[in-house]
Amino acid sequence: MGRYVARRLLQMIPVFIGSTLLIFCMMYVLPGDPVRALWGEQSADPAQIAALKHQLGLDLPLWHQYWNYLTGLFQGDFGTQIASQRPVADVIAQAFPVTLRLTIFAFVFTVVAGVLLGLIAGLRADKALDRVVLFFTLLLISVPSFVLGFLFQYLFAFKLGWVTPTVQDSEAWGQLLLPAIVLAGLSLAYVTRLTRTSVAENLRADYIRTAVAKGLPHRRVVGVHLLRNSLIPVVTFLGTDVGSLMAGAVVTEGIFNVQGIGNAIFEALNRREGSTVVGIVTLIVIVYLVASLIVDLLYAVLDPRIRYA
Amino acid sequence: MTLLEVRDLHVDFHTRDGIVKAVNGVNYSVDAGETLAVLGESGSGKSVTAQAIMGILDMPPGRIPKGEILFQGEDMLTMSKEQRRKLRGAKIAMIFQDALSSLNPVLSVGYQLGEMFRVHQGLSRKEARAKSIELMDRVNIPAAKDRVRDYPHQFSGGMRQRIMIAMALALEPDLIIADEPTTALDVTVQAQVMELLADLQREFNMGLILITHDLGVVADVADKIAVMYAGRIVETAPVKELYKAPAHPYTRGLLDSIPRLDQKGRELYAIQGLPPNMSRVPEGCAFHPRCPAAQDICRSELPPLAEVGAGRGSACHFWKETLGD
Repeated sequence: MGRYVARRLLQMIPVFIGSTLLIFCMMYVLPGDPVRALWGEQSADPAQIAALKHQLGLDLPLWHQYWNYLTGLFQGDFGTQIASQRPVADVIAQAFPVTLRLTIFAFVFTVVAGVLLGLIAGLRADKALDRVVLFFTLLLISVPSFVLGFLFQYLFAFKLGWVTPTVQDSEAWGQLLLPAIVLAGLSLAYVTRLTRTSVAENLRADYIRTAVAKGLPHRRVVGVHLLRNSLIPVVTFLGTDVGSLMAGAVVTEGIFNVQGIGNAIFEALNRREGSTVVGIVTLIVIVYLVASLIVDLLYAVLDPRIRYA
Repeated sequence: MTLLEVRDLHVDFHTRDGIVKAVNGVNYSVDAGETLAVLGESGSGKSVTAQAIMGILDMPPGRIPKGEILFQGEDMLTMSKEQRRKLRGAKIAMIFQDALSSLNPVLSVGYQLGEMFRVHQGLSRKEARAKSIELMDRVNIPAAKDRVRDYPHQFSGGMRQRIMIAMALALEPDLIIADEPTTALDVTVQAQVMELLADLQREFNMGLILITHDLGVVADVADKIAVMYAGRIVETAPVKELYKAPAHPYTRGLLDSIPRLDQKGRELYAIQGLPPNMSRVPEGCAFHPRCPAAQDICRSELPPLAEVGAGRGSACHFWKETLGD
């Protein structure tokens, strides 16, 4: 077990280097120039641009730039934004907790509502309620999240007036509720369907028949014997889902004006701020890796047949 | 005293292809301390009858349109759900065929055994654990104290079936239904498990319904036999008499198809044909298409279960001839 965790942590090193390099290259080949952009529409002195580029190390070959970035990173320096002169570490420190909060919110909503709905539907497989759940989850999967976002905005903010259309204060939990639900939409649909299928299938298992034959109350048969077995595939999905929730946050944050990493990454992309984009994306990759490690460990807790060595 | 009596039990299944009549008027009874073997091929309705007694039939699609199941004189089919649940496990317990799939893979055997005491007797986790270890000792599982935390997949097939037996015995029920308890086991382990079951039955004076298609197992442990075919009982008799002189051609066919040492080298007898599709059971005697002695009357008239001796019945128009042969 300890060895397994150590190995998994070591595996993160090549993934870390690979993902930073990949995104670094992508930023490099993107058209546009962060230094030239400082002047906007005005004409700039080529000599001045060249001098600034030299000062920032942007005239060096790609490998050298990457090397400089990496060595900086290992000294705790995420780089500095060119336009705002803000350290990237500050940008992340401000935006990341907001997105984390949004993601956790969405994640909890996905798990609680998804498993509950899936269980209810799975226990009544092929009955009317099950079909309703299947229909709405299919709808949720088919509709892009920005459509859902605008729809909810229109309905709950403009028509009903329950919430403000955009988030005024990214620190307030209450204001993040609507964006979190929109962000959770797709995952919620998947989790519901996965739980539903798993429950319906396990309901026919021999050990459920045994549990009934033992004279256990229905509540116990479902809550202890059925649910635990049915959650195994759901947990696997949830592990990879943390990553897609963070990626989905980019779109959702745009719709609801949440000042999280989604907005930060969008602005940085527009201004071709390489170090900001690489820093944030790498952070998402690490969160994703850690989440999937936790899920894999949780998997062994849920299913004793799995042993890690 | 009669412990369990099944009277004219009918079980239907409503499927997309129509109504399947799985059990058509089955009667049998078990006394305390007695072993009834229910014999039959797959699809003969022997397991469905057991599930109806146990109250674990899936309803729907299953339905019990007719019949009574009297347990200690009370009809279980008219009881409330809660009353029946309390009987399950405590008074009537069941042992299933495949212990690996019948035990929950993600819960320790100690937990699954202890559940019986916690749910039915309200014992604490700790007390239930102590009882579980006691039970595992009783069914001869070595090092029970260490193994109580293990999971089903960590046991061998024979040990797993012992755990199933332990679970059924936990609350010392009056009746045990064993649905092919040894089918999934090695032959050597089969004998051990059957012996254990028979010993425990004697010790607690329990009634036992042993569902099987293995005639070898039956001869050693059963007191009486009910042979089922196409959802009906075709012959019922005390074990010795049935083996000596079967009164139904189907039973005779089953007995003749047991491999015997003194007939080594000769071709093994097999009943020709296949058991009927339960949604299209043949008219008259359901066995007539496979019966070597079938006459015209067999194709048109359903033979009743006629008394052919003390405690013996046969549902064959020609039971006299069959007995006489």
